[in-house]
Amino acid sequence: MKTIIPVGPYHPLQEEPEFFKLEVEGEKVTGLEINIGYNHRGHEYLAQRKTYDQIVFLVERICGICSTSHPIASVQAVEDLAHIEIPERAKYIRTIIAELERLHSHFLWVGLAGHFMGYNTVWMWFWRYREPILELFELITGNRNHYAMMKIGGVQRDIEEEDIPVIQKIMNELESKTVMFIKAILDDPVIAGRLEGVGILTKEDAIRYGVLGPTARGSGLAIDVRKDDPYAAYDLVPWDIIVFEEGDLLAKAKVRLLECLESIKIIRGCLEKMPKGEIETKVEDIPTGEGIGRAEAPRGEVFHYVRSDGSNMPIRYKVRAPSYMNVPSNEVAVKGYSIADAILVLASVDPCYCCTERMATLYDGNRKLTGKDLLKLSWEKTEQLKRKFKHRLIVD
Amino acid sequence: MSELEKEVEQKFKGVSIKRHSPKRVYIEIDKERAHELARFLYEEKGCRFATATGTDTRRGYEILYHFSMDKTGVIYSVRTVVPKDKPKISSLASFLPAASWIEREIWELLGVEFEGHPNLVPLLTAEDWPRDRHPLRRGE
Repeated sequence: MKTIIPVGPYHPLQEEPEFFKLEVEGEKVTGLEINIGYNHRGHEYLAQRKTYDQIVFLVERICGICSTSHPIASVQAVEDLAHIEIPERAKYIRTIIAELERLHSHFLWVGLAGHFMGYNTVWMWFWRYREPILELFELITGNRNHYAMMKIGGVQRDIEEEDIPVIQKIMNELESKTVMFIKAILDDPVIAGRLEGVGILTKEDAIRYGVLGPTARGSGLAIDVRKDDPYAAYDLVPWDIIVFEEGDLLAKAKVRLLECLESIKIIRGCLEKMPKGEIETKVEDIPTGEGIGRAEAPRGEVFHYVRSDGSNMPIRYKVRAPSYMNVPSNEVAVKGYSIADAILVLASVDPCYCCTERMATLYDGNRKLTGKDLLKLSWEKTEQLKRKFKHRLIVD
Repeated sequence: MSELEKEVEQKFKGVSIKRHSPKRVYIEIDKERAHELARFLYEEKGCRFATATGTDTRRGYEILYHFSMDKTGVIYSVRTVVPKDKPKISSLASFLPAASWIEREIWELLGVEFEGHPNLVPLLTAEDWPRDRHPLRRGE
């Protein structure tokens, strides 16, 4: 007998608006229907009413986690449209920011995966070491998230010389911890038992569904925009693409875990080779035409298309986030497994429903905090952080 | 001009191929043969379907199918124009599930019907959204 189990429209575990209708026979999942569209974004339409410089800030807010992949794809689309070359130093800075983002995003996913498995130790440990990455972001860019670093023709701000030893130090700390975590996770028979052979997405299905990022690389597809269509400084520093053939949950987890080490390698390479000099090319006019930009976000390829009529606003702006391709592949990956496995399978593509839009009012006692107050608080905290890192360096 | 472009030009007479930058190629073709060209790129050349863009232009509703050749890093965008008085084109989702969601999206937001789509139902808009209203059409 067939039964339908509705999961959503507000997902109880992933806490985002999505709706999965699981069709089950007994314990076994026999079908899946996916519904989205519970959150109005309107980014494409909004982008057509903003200037090119404003769009970079707008697309940054598509996602709170991939908040530098969208701006990179966006500025690259405009740079492709107008044939703009960016300075060498800007390429390296873009790469460093993008890789720090991948690190914190993969840590977030592994932590959540641990939480979903009922393995809260994994969750706590990974999120504990995700925190220094966010602090590093605040040190370099002034923000824990939404870094506002990208700009058409280059980057908004430079990485200060004095911050470089801090980045190196945190990378060293993270590397030893990541190696330890990888060993602990892959040695654990319970985790292996939970993930191995579950939710297999075959290579053929991966191609048919056009999946991207770690989801594709866990199914034996060696695709990565950073290697295939190198942008920023990815072709200037050494690193390897991580691919596993099995297609199960363990393979996807392994891809993400090992990619953390590659990210650290890329960041180190960038810090070593980064030349001094300009960080942006002056951009005069945006000509008529069209451009495509893409970047490898932690979840896969982000795709932006822009068309210009020569004015300061685009006449068409198209965004395709990686989860748009990855989520439908669950239709085949979840079939034949039990309901308990299904929850993990659905989370394994690291879905991102980009639900980061909201409005908040903050009170400090009875006093309502204004935008200015918040800015002041934020600056104070960044200053505190700078002192803290300086102090830590001297102590060592 | 690369091997693939020469092959496309030979196989599909009358297409116009424009190389915007080294890794961005736009191929314009009539809407009757767009399906066939997409199939050729996907099945014979091993291109990955990245996404599609639907735009309301003066010539009609323009559909751009973006295919990525991951071996070379080139994006081939197949451009085709669907007339406004009869907005119909054959679906890629019949052989390519990757195109299923984006065709549903273009159908509801731009009002282009994809013939032969296995499951052409609304994806993004609310259940009570008036089906004759298309937000990405100009003048609506």
